[in-house]
Amino acid sequence: MSAREVVVPAESDGTMEDVESFRLRARSWLADAMPLLPEGMNNHQLSRQDEMGERARYLQRILSGGGFAGLCFPREYGGQGLSRAHQRAFNQESLPYQMPTLFNVPTFSILAATLIEFGTEEQKHRHLPAILRGDELWVQFLSEPSGGSDLAGLVTRATRDGDTFVINGSKIWSSGAFRSDYAMCLARTNSQVPKHRGLTMFIMKIHQPGVEVRQIAMVNGTAEFCQEFFDDVIVPDGDVVGEVDDGWTVASRLLFHERDAVGGGSPYISGVAVAGSGGGAQRSDLVNLAARMGKLGDVRVRQLLAEDRINSRVQNQLVRRISAGIRAGALPPPAGALPRLFAATSTERHLDIALDVAGGSMAVWMDEDSEDANWGEAFLNRQGGSLGGGSSEMARNIISERVLGMPREPAADRDIPFDQVRHN
Amino acid sequence: MEFELTEDQALLRETTLKFLESTCPITTVRELADNEPRGFDPAWWKQAAELGWTSMLVTEDDGGGSVSGHGLVDLALVAEERGRLVAPGPFAPVNVVAEALSRRGTTGQRRRWLPGLLNGETVAAWCLGAPAAGLDHPGTPVVARRSEGNGLVLDGASQPVEAAAQSELLLVTALGSEGGLVQALVPSDTPGVRLHPARCLDLVRRFAQVTFEGVAVDPEWILDGPGTVASGVEQQLQTTVVLECAELAGALDRVLEMTVAYAFDRYSFGRPLASYQALKHRFADMKMWVEACHATASAAAHAVDADAADAAELTSVAKAYIGERGPVIVQDCVQLHGGIGVTWDHDIHLYLRRVVVNRTQHGTPSDHRERVFRAMDAEVSP
Repeated sequence: MSAREVVVPAESDGTMEDVESFRLRARSWLADAMPLLPEGMNNHQLSRQDEMGERARYLQRILSGGGFAGLCFPREYGGQGLSRAHQRAFNQESLPYQMPTLFNVPTFSILAATLIEFGTEEQKHRHLPAILRGDELWVQFLSEPSGGSDLAGLVTRATRDGDTFVINGSKIWSSGAFRSDYAMCLARTNSQVPKHRGLTMFIMKIHQPGVEVRQIAMVNGTAEFCQEFFDDVIVPDGDVVGEVDDGWTVASRLLFHERDAVGGGSPYISGVAVAGSGGGAQRSDLVNLAARMGKLGDVRVRQLLAEDRINSRVQNQLVRRISAGIRAGALPPPAGALPRLFAATSTERHLDIALDVAGGSMAVWMDEDSEDANWGEAFLNRQGGSLGGGSSEMARNIISERVLGMPREPAADRDIPFDQVRHN
Repeated sequence: MEFELTEDQALLRETTLKFLESTCPITTVRELADNEPRGFDPAWWKQAAELGWTSMLVTEDDGGGSVSGHGLVDLALVAEERGRLVAPGPFAPVNVVAEALSRRGTTGQRRRWLPGLLNGETVAAWCLGAPAAGLDHPGTPVVARRSEGNGLVLDGASQPVEAAAQSELLLVTALGSEGGLVQALVPSDTPGVRLHPARCLDLVRRFAQVTFEGVAVDPEWILDGPGTVASGVEQQLQTTVVLECAELAGALDRVLEMTVAYAFDRYSFGRPLASYQALKHRFADMKMWVEACHATASAAAHAVDADAADAAELTSVAKAYIGERGPVIVQDCVQLHGGIGVTWDHDIHLYLRRVVVNRTQHGTPSDHRERVFRAMDAEVSP
């Protein structure tokens, strides 16, 4: 698996454009080509209004035309072949502009990142340039209604039929599947072997006969997450990613990229969804909230705002440290769970602090104060970040078992053929 | 530990660790605590100085220098190893004073004091005697009046100062009687200087309150003019805090390492503690916190070394974060050790002592959170 690993250099390596001259070029191009963010809006809010992703596709097309799409993707697949340092410089320069941040997670940072490592040349040439041009949004079809944390225990079946596979079953928690074009779908191709050894990863076109996508209403009023139902969906065998029955290898790497993306370590994320969250020189949304409440002079509130700022600074510092440690081989790849857990717990703390700063208006508000109500709804979804992309409890298992080397949790299905294991 | 070291830095780290393990293992630390009123052996301190422990923040022209040319980053590597072995010695105080002298001292001041500090013969302490750099100074500050002939006369009291009673030289930060801060170099045997030893949780560090009563300072021993004093004091604070944080990160790393090893060795109900999910999850959290402590300590060292625009903020981010988390981590490790963890014979209390003392000195986490708030407020409303 490590043979496939694609390493994005941390700094400019001499074959690349110097970071500072790149920064200046990006600055002037952005000013000419990209629309400014509307006053008081961030890219996260904008993309929430962009239900079908039309704006994101349009913005990504502009980036692609200007040669600023896929900065850290290889040139042969439509990227720019630059370093993380270039991407950071670009992110800083892009703060005032509308950016297609909808593409960042999962399309660029999880699925494109996995495809680069496991796709055939034909698959990569077919999809990566299209993704970077803004033509394809991707999602992952992993979790199932019968279980989330025990991913390898999934029951969606893919049955070979000549040079195709026929897929039946159901997936859940895919974000934005209704507006997306392709998915990586993990399905069981062999039930007579232990669970990890009978899975295969497929590229699946979403909008086709046999695939039904239903949006799920969430507590904060959004309907981003979806459930899919597969009824004899035909997938050609040219769309198998990696080897048949070796889908777990691909899925493990996909999950690594997911932790990296959610934890903030992915080099493929371009643009900043919420300014301030990256420790940038912008006033954070919480400071704005406190300012609106007239509480910036309150010592207790200042302590909380500083704590929030500290968490966000330390989160970025941790991401850089762990990425460096994994690159240097001083930490195993599962250490990516460390920043992922940090992100989850500091998001919880962020919303607790908001609850404290906003006081009553977060729960009971007049129409003209609806900005405060957003905090209330965000709070209702506080656990989202600790559940999506693997729960915090799973992250703690991963850290203790695969970073600290502690004994694994007992499992009743280990080394037992899947068709003899009790499951829902 | 830092993951991206140059070969020279890796060698420095290794040499430091070997030196500490061979000359000052924990058993020696315990002996010093019992038998050495100074808390460290002066001959040992000279050996440490030969390894560069006191010269990394001093320019090459003044006889200093460091392996990577990034003095504070290199010195923080030493601090981290010191933390891993709860090493004794006036490490931060001497380095802070040496750096201040080398950066801002006159030729006469540097000639008089730097050689002794560099070779370990002389010990110096930074006596922060007034509210400065956003930190409070409870009690009477040290006030500096201008004397005839443009010298100073110092009166007042400092809070307990590390290594003051072991030092020949005090760098005193005082409140100018006409406002602003003043810094002066005061030999500790100057008439009117009195040292009152304090007690300290850390068994090998010594603190003393310093009082000043009509202490005369010649003009030639005034450090900094009105233009540089505030930034000079801020610099001293940042350097001290970076070293404290690096030491904390090393200490926390070692405590977690010890506790993880214990969890593998200790069996109850026929299985190791490390196999219980309730405990594994706590270890996972601690591992995350310790890595975060390393990350923020190192970011602060790099920022201060590079004189970055956000060095003040990053220093306080590190101190607030590690200061807050540190004792929580060590206490949880005490808990995971069971009863043995609260006995005198177990080494963990030596670490707990070091961690608690470092948390409280040069600004508590609350003080540093206020500094972080001011930094971010200044950023948005210049």
